Amino acid sequence: MNRFRKANLVKIGKQILRHLTLMAVGAVFLLPLLWMVSTSLKTNRQIFVYPPQWIPNPVIWRNYSEVFYYAPFLLYFRNTLIIVTLTILGTSISSSLVAYGFARLNGPGKNILFLIMLSSMMLPYMVWMVPLYVLFTRIGWVDTFYPLTVPAFFGNPLYIFLLRQFFMGIPRDLEDAAKIDGCSYLRIYWQIMLPLVKPALATVAVFSFLNAWNDFLGPLLYLQSPDSYTIAVGLQVFLTQHGADWALLMAASTMAVIPVIIVFFFAQKQFIQGIVLTGLKS
Amino acid sequence: MRNRSLLARREALAFYGFISPWIIGFICFTGGPIIASLYFSLTNYTLLSSPHYIGLGNYTALFNDPLFSTSLYNTFYYTVFFVPLGIIFSFMLALLLNQKVGGLAAYRTVYYLPSIVPAVANSILWIWLLNPQWGLINTVLRMVGIEGPGWLTSEVWSKPAIILMSLWGVGSWVIIFLAGLQGVPEQYYEAAEVDGATTLARFFHITLPLMTPTIFFTLITGIIGALQVFTQAYIMTNGGPVNSTLFYSLYLFRNAFNYLKMGYAAAMAWILFVIILILTIIQFRLAQRWVFYE
Repeated sequence: MNRFRKANLVKIGKQILRHLTLMAVGAVFLLPLLWMVSTSLKTNRQIFVYPPQWIPNPVIWRNYSEVFYYAPFLLYFRNTLIIVTLTILGTSISSSLVAYGFARLNGPGKNILFLIMLSSMMLPYMVWMVPLYVLFTRIGWVDTFYPLTVPAFFGNPLYIFLLRQFFMGIPRDLEDAAKIDGCSYLRIYWQIMLPLVKPALATVAVFSFLNAWNDFLGPLLYLQSPDSYTIAVGLQVFLTQHGADWALLMAASTMAVIPVIIVFFFAQKQFIQGIVLTGLKS
Repeated sequence: MRNRSLLARREALAFYGFISPWIIGFICFTGGPIIASLYFSLTNYTLLSSPHYIGLGNYTALFNDPLFSTSLYNTFYYTVFFVPLGIIFSFMLALLLNQKVGGLAAYRTVYYLPSIVPAVANSILWIWLLNPQWGLINTVLRMVGIEGPGWLTSEVWSKPAIILMSLWGVGSWVIIFLAGLQGVPEQYYEAAEVDGATTLARFFHITLPLMTPTIFFTLITGIIGALQVFTQAYIMTNGGPVNSTLFYSLYLFRNAFNYLKMGYAAAMAWILFVIILILTIIQFRLAQRWVFYE
């Protein structure tokens, strides 16, 4: 009896130790973000004190409105939203079309094409960055949203791969029945298959949201007039103009992070699933 | 018979129809530009005039360019430290999380959160965290009696600072490793327990071998990603101090868009591609010795 209790105590002790370690690491991960929010709610006098104040007293909300006074963040927000929406739409439709083709239909050269697509994922984007810039300059797309949105409508290899895995997991019976009824491939894809891979589509949508929202190099290269800036580029310009105004910088950064965190909390399952799928199946 | 070949032809037509977005996109936005890039790399091209063929001139010039080797060194430095540290760190976290602790979802969320912070916001936040006098990191160090370095203003500490920042965003690897760990069949552990294997033995003989494919995957993708590190350095240090954070992609970007040396930049991109290709091939070769497939 005594030995049993002892073993139990050791077990509980171990569990507590684990939680303490996990929490300590969690704190390391979380504190920088809290520090950002905390700084964004301070005056300079509250910022430059030692030891630091975690909960500002008083809380300075004014910093947030001041950011809007110095830079048109609402406009940046709108621009980002347009690009993000088009990217999600384009990526989901085109990638699922291509993925269905690779998963279910046969044609000469299919395996080679699929291999080319997979290996193109390994290429550093720097290889095609320069010629692509030249191309978009030549056709007058610089300083428009086209370079950032149009390519999304032509499929993304990673998402095509992911959706293909999903399509392949669906039993063929449904399609066969539809085919006997004389359904066209496009109708099978749209009415039968697409609804069945909704969870995977959601994952694709969430990741293309994240990538488009966070993209910096694209907007940096192609958006030149301040009216067309996205949040990422607007934030960088804001940094160059208000380099030492930490409260304003942190307020602006917090505003850029919040939408991502909101989407993350609503779509946690898709995030986790997406990472796991791309991580394990590749 | 004829009917069947007709059907096959119809299917092939449909196949090409469905994948045509990718084919067109690949030709216009990837494949075509790649060929153009190979050509540009053999020319002197400033975007203002038409390309002028100079053979391997850009490549020989690169090998005599001290900043090219500096940027290569910086990038390797970053990769060599960040990727192994990131893998070890996230693997250990995943092991901890896999111990049937309560609140797994909450921990997972917290660890993953930093990795979705947009790169620009992240960089600005870290400039502030790494501020020598008032930043959180040196404040914490001061509390335990250490006077922290100047981080981004120090030639020695600027790269470690960016590595530290990257390690903060390693959450997606934690999730990948955790999923891998959850895929290890429970029976293996049960059998080992019956045989009286210690925790350590179980780790080295069951967990680690079964996790090698996952480690291999993170290694490959991690190295490819690390060799292209760009945004942090562009925003936080712009390559400084004294070129200590002039990473390969940053120098390539400068050549292309600040100096308009498009041919030179294209040559740099091709060298990077060859480096990645060689490293990946070597890793696949080596993988036969240590990656365990069931």
